[in-house]
Amino acid sequence: MTTFPLDKLSLRTQVRMKVNGEPHVLLVKPWQTLLEALREELGLTGTKEGCGNGNCGCCTILMNGKTVNSCLVLAPEADGAEILTVEGLAQNGRLDPLQKAFIQYGALQCGFCTPGFLLSAKYLLQENPNPTEHQVRLAIAGNLCRCTGYDKIVRAILAVARGEVQ
Amino acid sequence: MRPFEYVAPKRLREAYAILAQADGRTVRPLAGGTDLIDQLRVGRKRADLVMDVKHIPELMRLEWGPRKGLYIGAGVPCYRVYKDPVVAQHYPAIRDGAMLVGSWQIQHRASLGGNICNAAPSADTVPPLLVYEAIAHIGGPRGEREVPLERFFTGPGQTVLAPDEILLGVRVPPPPPRSSSHYLRFIPREEMDIAVAGVASLVALDSRGVVARARIALSAVAPTPVRARDAEAVLEGQRPTPALLVEAGEKAVLATNPITDVRGSIAYRKELVKVLTRRTLSKALADLGITLE
Repeated sequence: MTTFPLDKLSLRTQVRMKVNGEPHVLLVKPWQTLLEALREELGLTGTKEGCGNGNCGCCTILMNGKTVNSCLVLAPEADGAEILTVEGLAQNGRLDPLQKAFIQYGALQCGFCTPGFLLSAKYLLQENPNPTEHQVRLAIAGNLCRCTGYDKIVRAILAVARGEVQ
Repeated sequence: MRPFEYVAPKRLREAYAILAQADGRTVRPLAGGTDLIDQLRVGRKRADLVMDVKHIPELMRLEWGPRKGLYIGAGVPCYRVYKDPVVAQHYPAIRDGAMLVGSWQIQHRASLGGNICNAAPSADTVPPLLVYEAIAHIGGPRGEREVPLERFFTGPGQTVLAPDEILLGVRVPPPPPRSSSHYLRFIPREEMDIAVAGVASLVALDSRGVVARARIALSAVAPTPVRARDAEAVLEGQRPTPALLVEAGEKAVLATNPITDVRGSIAYRKELVKVLTRRTLSKALADLGITLE
């Protein structure tokens, strides 16, 4: 029978991950979420905690190219992962077209949900560059906004898809 | 969150060794974590050791063979299931169910295995598996066993799994010839909600257009997902007609034992079962070229 060195487990785990293109090695607690590690260990506070249980989507990031709620990922699970947060959207000081469109269309008020919306939108356009309005609404179903309302957000995303904001 | 240790075995036998050595510690298997991490955070479940199963190749298999049918490893996330062309072609209800679990963010993580082990009466991926008579493949240090998925659930949040056992995956037999299936749930909005009631129906027709097999399974209307055998019996051996589908819907209610809660009353849930049974049957029949509504 195989044995497993359970007594060697530690309450600190090393996690190697690439965040916004940069390699990082950090020591995390096994019960820390990826959201907490990003905010507290790496200081990337663009990713927000809203509900903390996977309903609001404020903590949405891309993990290995797919959107996830970072509040529902344990930090050690991200070992070896590539992470994109809202801080990684702008390239060489130039905002991503989605960020420009959100500004242009006034698709935010308090801004708390915006990082999550941007990453859900980024993922949508990566999967489907020409979505219909209905497809946009479905793609952001996991993101809640309680002040702007969804209309301007949907319009901003569609404007980028149509190439109107670059 | 209350502290726990984390381990990510890369082989099944390592996972079994961990379970065997648990020695009174609570080991919680982690697949997508979308239920477990929230439950740990709010204290609804506790863990001494969280065992991430996503590095075990056997649990990440999604395989199909025309004779063996489909095998869905317990850690396979929903998106892989519903984006799989084989699932869409041969098991439409399974695709339907996997597409309804949470948001895209959730679907990128949440597994069918986790949805099964969480054992919510409202689990959207379960009725579709029940209509295909899926079998739960269970393993642990004392060996492996198979249990019909229908007998896997023993109550809300309760399953037949022993503390040293994990779900490895589900085996789904090949679909019957000339068959189709669908799953629908009712929620008061378009997405991101928990079923008030859900119904999966499978219909297979023989060469004369008579129902050779009917399978109907329900969610959120009993302490566990359930088959509606009286409704199935009404359909088998008959030629489908609108009146027959109405009768099947009425009989499906006999399998329910719903509660009244914030999502809906007993009476409302029973009414939904009638309507959803009829609609899923019509949808499956339409796939087979028979339009009744």
